Amino acid sequence: MSARPARFLKAAGLVGLTSLALIACTSNTPEAEKSEPATSQAAGGAGGGNDEPGQKVKIGFSAPAADHGWMGAITKATQAEAKKYPDVELVVAEGTNDVNLQISQVETFINQKVDAIVLLPFDGAALTPVATKAMEAGIPVVNVDREFDSTFAARTTILGDNKGMGISAGTYVCQEMKGKKDAVIAEIAGIDSLPLTQARSQGFKEALADCGLKVNNRVAAEFTVESGEKAAANLLQAAPKIDAIWNHDDDQGVGVMAAIKNSGRKEFFVVGGAGSANVMRDIKAGNTLMRATVIYPSTQGADGVRLARLLVQKKALGDLVEVEVPRTVQLYAPVVTKDNVDQYLPTAFES
Amino acid sequence: MSEDVARSEPSATPESGTASTQATTRQPGAAPGRASGVAGLLRTGMGRNLGLVVALVLLCLVGVITAGDTFATGANVLTILRLAAVIGVVSIGMTFVITGGGIDLSVGAMVALASVWATTLATQQMAADFHWILMVSTALLVGAACGLVNGLLIAYGKVVPFIATLAMLAAARGLAEIISDRKTQIITVNSFGDFFGGSFLGVPVLVWMFVIVAALGWVLLNRTTFGRRTFAVGGNAEAARLAGIKVQRHTVALYVLAGLCCGIAAVMLMARTTTGSSTHGQLYELDAIAAVVIGGTLLSGGRGTIVGTVFGVLIFTTLNNVFTLNNLSISAQSVAKGLIIVIAVLLQQRLAARATTP
Repeated sequence: MSARPARFLKAAGLVGLTSLALIACTSNTPEAEKSEPATSQAAGGAGGGNDEPGQKVKIGFSAPAADHGWMGAITKATQAEAKKYPDVELVVAEGTNDVNLQISQVETFINQKVDAIVLLPFDGAALTPVATKAMEAGIPVVNVDREFDSTFAARTTILGDNKGMGISAGTYVCQEMKGKKDAVIAEIAGIDSLPLTQARSQGFKEALADCGLKVNNRVAAEFTVESGEKAAANLLQAAPKIDAIWNHDDDQGVGVMAAIKNSGRKEFFVVGGAGSANVMRDIKAGNTLMRATVIYPSTQGADGVRLARLLVQKKALGDLVEVEVPRTVQLYAPVVTKDNVDQYLPTAFES
Repeated sequence: MSEDVARSEPSATPESGTASTQATTRQPGAAPGRASGVAGLLRTGMGRNLGLVVALVLLCLVGVITAGDTFATGANVLTILRLAAVIGVVSIGMTFVITGGGIDLSVGAMVALASVWATTLATQQMAADFHWILMVSTALLVGAACGLVNGLLIAYGKVVPFIATLAMLAAARGLAEIISDRKTQIITVNSFGDFFGGSFLGVPVLVWMFVIVAALGWVLLNRTTFGRRTFAVGGNAEAARLAGIKVQRHTVALYVLAGLCCGIAAVMLMARTTTGSSTHGQLYELDAIAAVVIGGTLLSGGRGTIVGTVFGVLIFTTLNNVFTLNNLSISAQSVAKGLIIVIAVLLQQRLAARATTP
């Protein structure tokens, strides 16, 4: 089916008929990818040698539009991961925030009879019916980042830890304040109505309470550079003296840092969130107020592809005794500082 | 099918019942498939839609050649049609507004508001207690009411359509966010999902809805006084007024129609996602306008075609499907979309120029 000549004919036919010569030059540009080759550490565990090529696996992948750095990184890392495995064919649907379109993409995967689907839904609840349909058709679905509202809609769910992000950030701020009881702590949240933002803030609040601190000033932005600048400018107006700021999202953080720079203030430090490469480079250089960031892994889609491959090839997850791939995998939210930045920089995303 | 009602002169009595120069009896909207449509079109020598047909047939050829084992299956065709149905219904309403010389930028926001209103504010509860009809009628009413506000602002408030509907775009989405508290509202009324998620004669109910809306739209635009008044108002509002058409009232009706279509689309989207959400219908205004314009409806008003719009929607959805099946780079898809738009419109103009229809 997917032998080379057939591939070539496909491509030739397309280019000829839709006059898309452009694609030929753009779609296969090799990416200087950042993540390390998997083979070194992943192999091992239960049966060992999970990375040995097995049966061919066709995986459908669909995610929302890459309208901010983290989301773009998800798709990029997913594609890069799939390329590492000669036995994986990844079918990538166009990123979209239109649930109607995303549903039809999953329907198309079902029609194509892919072996597995990795799905980061724009809206977990809205994509639940079609994901359930895929599962009923015998196609395992790996749910990434935004959860469905039914256990029947996915075989495995892989997600970050939003509350854990807040806890990590709050714990770090506590450490740095070294028992200073009157410290002024500020928080720049993301989109305030999202459950994930609420979870992050809750974790932050709890961790601060642990050392007798609280959030004195809180503003919300919208994950974009522009909104970050606006929110931070307002915050700096409202609080004449600040000891530490936690900003939920490194994409909006670009705007936050711009507003801080414009204000000329230097009496505090900033902790980021998500973990973009830009921010990590700043932390490494140590010449800005950005002193740490908390990771929300942008490798979830890539891990989704790996898990989907294991599911289809009926392999166990390495380094677990259990012979089945787990139902839920929640990733950890570590704090990145100057001391350990080199460990995380390779898998950080470019915003 | 001859939707050649170009600028209607004031002398053409817009009140008379039947159209005089209709050379065809092709059912529109019926089987938005390919072969039958093409044959029918060629028989009637409709030059204007030829470009569209050629584009769609080419696309399907590409699909068959590159992904034959999947593309040409019934399941895949239904997937394309189900996707086309929602944006298709919105585009039908948009066709009327644009033909009447206006524009509606608020369609996506109206879809969101109608879906959220129908799933909150006790309507879901009422649907559970009595019948899902209550939820559906709520969505339709909300859509129509938004359209009414648009229409009144434009016709009687003398606000430019672009601005009035821009205001509605912001306000309706904001209201949807307030009502839903920006949370996705999950529909718990099973009977609703069972009905709209089902099939009739092997064709999904959603597709039937699209076919029915398209057919009704075609009849309304090409076979009724209302339709001819729409052409007249869009072509030359002043002339239409002199000819005795109540232009303001008619304009309001056009926007109500567009809003009603958004209400229908909201119901379809609710059925497809089992949710109401303030994020539904993102960028539908652009998709709908693109489909309508590609279809051959004049942005300046006065000429409109429902069949063209249906083809426009099908071209977009088929394009997306072909690209997904062939696993092409995401950015290249966008480039291709732009190219296809330009090619389709250029082809259309060529063919329309050749098919000299006075």
